[in-house]
Amino acid sequence: MFCDTLFVSCKIGISQVNAHQTITLAEPVLAPASIAPGGTEEISKVRFERVAKSYPAYRDKPSVQALQDIDFGVPRGSITGVIGRSGAGKSSLVRLINGLEKPTAGRVIVDGQDISALSGKDLRLAQHSIGMIFQHFNLLSSRTAADNIALPLEIAGWSKTEIAIRVSELLELVGIGDKYDRYPSELSGGQKQRVGIARALATRPTVLLSDEATSALDPQTTRSILDLLASINRELGVTIVLITHEMSVVRQLAKEVVVIDAGLVVERGHVADIFTQPKHEITQKFLAEVLGDSVSVSLARRLEQRPIPSGQAVVRVQLRGTDAGDTVASRVARELGIDVALLAARVDEIGGQHVGSLTLGIPGDETAHRRVLSWLSQYPIPVEHLGYVA
Amino acid sequence: MSRDLISLIIEATGESLFMVSVAASLATLFGLPIGVFLATSQKGELFAAPSVNAALGIIVNATRSTPFIILVVAIIPFTRLIAGTSIGSSAAIVPLTIAAAPFIARLVEAAIREVDGGLIETAASFGASPLQIVLKVLIPEALPALVLALTLAVVSLLGYSAMVGAVGGGGLGDLGIRYGYQRFMPEMMLAVVVVLIVLVQSVQTAGDYLARRLNRRLRHR
Repeated sequence: MFCDTLFVSCKIGISQVNAHQTITLAEPVLAPASIAPGGTEEISKVRFERVAKSYPAYRDKPSVQALQDIDFGVPRGSITGVIGRSGAGKSSLVRLINGLEKPTAGRVIVDGQDISALSGKDLRLAQHSIGMIFQHFNLLSSRTAADNIALPLEIAGWSKTEIAIRVSELLELVGIGDKYDRYPSELSGGQKQRVGIARALATRPTVLLSDEATSALDPQTTRSILDLLASINRELGVTIVLITHEMSVVRQLAKEVVVIDAGLVVERGHVADIFTQPKHEITQKFLAEVLGDSVSVSLARRLEQRPIPSGQAVVRVQLRGTDAGDTVASRVARELGIDVALLAARVDEIGGQHVGSLTLGIPGDETAHRRVLSWLSQYPIPVEHLGYVA
Repeated sequence: MSRDLISLIIEATGESLFMVSVAASLATLFGLPIGVFLATSQKGELFAAPSVNAALGIIVNATRSTPFIILVVAIIPFTRLIAGTSIGSSAAIVPLTIAAAPFIARLVEAAIREVDGGLIETAASFGASPLQIVLKVLIPEALPALVLALTLAVVSLLGYSAMVGAVGGGGLGDLGIRYGYQRFMPEMMLAVVVVLIVLVQSVQTAGDYLARRLNRRLRHR
């Protein structure tokens, strides 16, 4: 069991079962895309092929077209974020991957296997290699942390000894080795999600689906859970598909982003590209949330549309990964001799690029304002003239 | 109260407990699967079979809406077929079981429906079969509620078991009717009532305690 040729070995100290023994623990490794046979087809861990999903009318509810024309691949070993607003179709999308939902049209291919065509025993077998974690953790209140993690193993028909060893490994992996005999009611939200993650990984899946897994957690706990997911992806090579309505989650974790709206994929690509060159309006709105593109309430209240004598012109400069943006404030001051005031700023590093916005106050008369604006226009950075403040 | 009367009460209590425990066990044996099925067989559910669900629901409702004393008399031929007689404690088990099974089924259905639907989806996501979902998720998660439901059923059965006394069923009800009512022995009637109260209190207290012990949603430490 533990020396399967498909797996490499790594060593983890076990505290529960054998306190002083080191157990050889097998985990699936990321198969580099370069050695995968065939073309692009094989690089995708999960492939949506012209998938549509609709729900028939039922009782007082009309029929719903949840997804249409979904056609993209999730690269093997990647962390792919699927972002969309509530009701955009994210939940349906992720449930198509593990066969909880069947597409109305098209195919969903996981590891070269058409999961949408499987049913009964074959589907259940395939589901052992796809783990899933949930917003509300969905732990059994009647089972301890260890027994919750054991559940998928019991279902997969593992022996008691195998289960005991595996559960100890998993508790250590997610960093809650001391909580094995605690019931969910005795655990914090973050600890519950760690149990959920351990449970999802129990049967050594190669795909992990995350359904808003951090939406019920505070920012600090969210951070630690996202770090854990990142290390699982890095060390175990598990492909992660995470759906979320928070761009901050995508920014912290994902390498690929798929933006969906009203059942359609409206934009997708590398995180850095999406963050630096958002094309779709929905994407821009999501970006505004994390990058603070909206003007603060107090500043908005003071903004006037007409110039104010001895006031400042308010200009917002978007930083979208171009080098020019980083030093714009100091260069205006140096090259034009105008001391600009920094009214608001938000800068993040995303995929190695600086992304964010600066809101600057330019003193002086209208000539000075025009000089600054025309100076800025020589660079390929978006600039907005918001108005004037006293 | 004479020693004879006391031994009569002890004997009748034994008969009542026998009827109730056997009937409760049999009714659970039938009622639990029916209840689980009722809770999981509507459209889109685990064992989706809406027409069977509806038919079973009608049968359950019909049995439950028949007054118990009428049910006892109405099924006498069936009771004879099963027990060989329609008189005595063993025979009384048949109508008691038939009355309690649909009651338990409805209580079980309600308890199972209280289990968070997300847990069913979770188990399904890691490849659990419908039967595994019932045995490993639904029943364990509903266990505290199921214990309370069975407690309620046993208490009701104690009441029903006294009623079968009116038609020769034996037990405490029989004693109360024949000695307390027909022979005008108020002390016997009082004794029967006191024993029944003690039995109901004990069953309820034990059921509450067990349900509380099993409920892991509450913090224990």
